Amino acid sequence: MSVKNFILVCGGTACESSKANEIYDAIVKETKAQNVMDDVQVVKTGCFGFCEKGPIVKILPEDAFYVNVKAGDAREIIAETIVKGRVIPRLLYAEEGLPKAFEMEDIQFYQKQVRVVLRNCGFIDPEKIDEYIARDGYKALEKVLFEMTPDQVIQEMKDSGLRGRGGAGFPTWAKWNFSKQVQSDQKYIVCNADEGDPGAYMDRSTLEGDPHSVLEAMTIAGYAVGANTGIIYIRAEYPLAIQRLQIAMDQARDYGLLGENILGSDFSFDIEIRLGAGAFVCGEETALLCSIEGQRGMPTPKPPFPAIQGLWDKPTVINNVETWANVPVIILKGGKWFSSIGTERSSGTKVFALTGQINNSGLVEVPMGTTLREIVFDIGGGIRNGKAFKAVQTGGPSGWVITSEFLDIPIDFDSLTSIGSMMGSGGMIVMSETDCIVDVTKFYMDFCVEESCGKCAPCRIGTKKLYNILNRISKGQGVMEDIAKMEQIGEAMKKAALCGLGQTAANPVLSTLRYFRNEYLEHIAEGKCRAGKCKELVRYVINPDKCIGCTACARKCPVNCIAGERKVAHTINNNLCIKCGACFTGCKFGAITRL
Amino acid sequence: MAKMTLEDLRKLRETKKSDLERRSLEGKDIEIIIGMGTCGIAAGAKVSLEAFLSAIDAAGLKNVTVKQTGCMGLCYVEPTAEIRVPGMPDTIYGKVDADTAREIVETHLVKKKLVENHIFDRPAADVIRN
Ligand SMILES: Cc1cc2nc3c(=O)[nH]c(=O)nc-3n(C[C@H](O)[C@H](O)[C@H](O)COP(=O)(O)O)c2cc1C
Ligand code: SF4
Ligand code: SF4
Repeated sequence: MSVKNFILVCGGTACESSKANEIYDAIVKETKAQNVMDDVQVVKTGCFGFCEKGPIVKILPEDAFYVNVKAGDAREIIAETIVKGRVIPRLLYAEEGLPKAFEMEDIQFYQKQVRVVLRNCGFIDPEKIDEYIARDGYKALEKVLFEMTPDQVIQEMKDSGLRGRGGAGFPTWAKWNFSKQVQSDQKYIVCNADEGDPGAYMDRSTLEGDPHSVLEAMTIAGYAVGANTGIIYIRAEYPLAIQRLQIAMDQARDYGLLGENILGSDFSFDIEIRLGAGAFVCGEETALLCSIEGQRGMPTPKPPFPAIQGLWDKPTVINNVETWANVPVIILKGGKWFSSIGTERSSGTKVFALTGQINNSGLVEVPMGTTLREIVFDIGGGIRNGKAFKAVQTGGPSGWVITSEFLDIPIDFDSLTSIGSMMGSGGMIVMSETDCIVDVTKFYMDFCVEESCGKCAPCRIGTKKLYNILNRISKGQGVMEDIAKMEQIGEAMKKAALCGLGQTAANPVLSTLRYFRNEYLEHIAEGKCRAGKCKELVRYVINPDKCIGCTACARKCPVNCIAGERKVAHTINNNLCIKCGACFTGCKFGAITRL
Repeated sequence: MAKMTLEDLRKLRETKKSDLERRSLEGKDIEIIIGMGTCGIAAGAKVSLEAFLSAIDAAGLKNVTVKQTGCMGLCYVEPTAEIRVPGMPDTIYGKVDADTAREIVETHLVKKKLVENHIFDRPAADVIRN
């Protein structure tokens, strides 16, 4: 006999601790008691996120999603949902303020993510154009070429409210419109796939999973502004994305979706790929254009803006990969549909690469206006190893830390700006109490020192000065004046640097000085690093009253600096200790203290 | 293929769509769709792919198609694979190493039961179909 229903019991570690095993056993018992054990398979799953609402039980094929389930609910779940095929409204997940009564088909409502940009990732084979076409691919291009004027296309983009996803959030339609207005024999459409911030890989995944959406979007923009040439600028470190783009372009050309007289219309458009060498500054649009022109990738002052006078002085629309991936859906479903997602001034969704001290790291795409709490705790499954949340760093080396007091602000362009932060491109690094603020900030500053192109002094010298100060503080050699000095340098860089890199490079310093000043002061005044990350400040000592002499630490120590006889208190030779912490995590008797 | 006209493209789209529908109606074929983004491959998706292929061979299954797709976003449990078996709910498995791949073939494809501890969830509803 074949199984009719599957009962999935979430078995992620967070739920395990909140009694998922008990529920599993109770459900199995009930299937026997009510004599349905041959029709049902009860299965433990991986973590579904949503751990705050756990344990979760999901029933297939009905797709009933039950939250906060208790062992005592097992009888009713089997009797109602399995035997009678009815949902139990009281157990369904309900968005606050929404009624709990869902019809069966609305049950999917529990999902906090909305996938517009990543709509095809995980659905289609990116190397098969037919699969893209079967999911309404190139239908937007069809519509544009045969049913819309360029002005209508731009109007649709305006209605959508789409703002650039590369960081600055500039309205996409306005850029296109600037370029359209300029009279020129040649115009360019550029895709910025440089993606250089540490921890960010949204654009790479989009290109690897759905390359045609970007090709289709660029062609649509070409039609709207009157351009026949597109260029994708992508870093050479993304070989798989490059390969898939190349395959996609060949297939599109083969089908007549790129090239002369697309689909028999009188519009022609083709795209080429340019490889970047992976300098962070080349993601800045003016530097990127210099690099395409074969010059050294250095920013140039704006104005002139690229939309008016860009590549080889011709009008150039440059948009980010994620911005592009939104375009075909906007044309297909309409700007109004798109603007109904998200918040009033930030429509649509945003993709984040969630990394760091988080249980469920990965790519998430949420409607604008979702709170950080929902991203970190509902989707991300909370902080690893049950540690306390400390902060989230958005926007990488240009970014700003967001602390727990702001966990409930909606993530959109304006709310983030209002708390002094920024959307950034979508890297989201989660920090816990195990991270040291000085250490993390030093990491970003090191990155900026490396990546500053050196063209202007405020950035070239400022980043280095800041790094040196941070380095001293992390070694316990900081002085009180350092705090004011860093703020002064940071503010000067903001005002005087030429491009976004230098203008924002001090952000991690300035924001952590604002929210975690105490940690800096501890490093400077007390020579203390509470997270134990600044090695020069850490010392491990064994408490002779607690040590039972089990020798575990001595065997773990990689430099053999722990001495002691069996069953006698051990000691650490701090002159040899390399502060790896292996003994600290290894002692089962809590005998080792970190000072 | 020669360059298409508007009509050709529309026709192709309809054919491909009805192919998909027929698959779910007639429900003959089993599909294994493996996440092959950089993250999936780095986590060992190619090894899992090999394991799937040899397990399918060993089980003597003739009606299985193995395909690749991009990253589903579940990077913490890569490699991932979606299994579509007619008459069973489409299922997403994570942490699919070679052993798990073999277990999926034996349990899910042959015995029509789900494999413990590896089931995850598609992170969002499909905006294209809805
Ligand atoms: C230092 C620096 C690095 C940047 N890196 C990127 C990048 O990797 N990808 C990107 O799309 N935009 C990047 N930008 C933003 C671009 O200059 C530009 O605003 C963006 O490509 C415009 O596209 P959008 O309107 O679609 O966001 C960077 C900016 C700066 C200042
Ligand atoms: S701010 Fe930095 S990266 Fe930008 S132009 Fe000046 S030196 Fe170069
Ligand atoms: S592991 Fe702990 S108890 Fe054992 S010898 Fe080291 S300090 Fe003592």
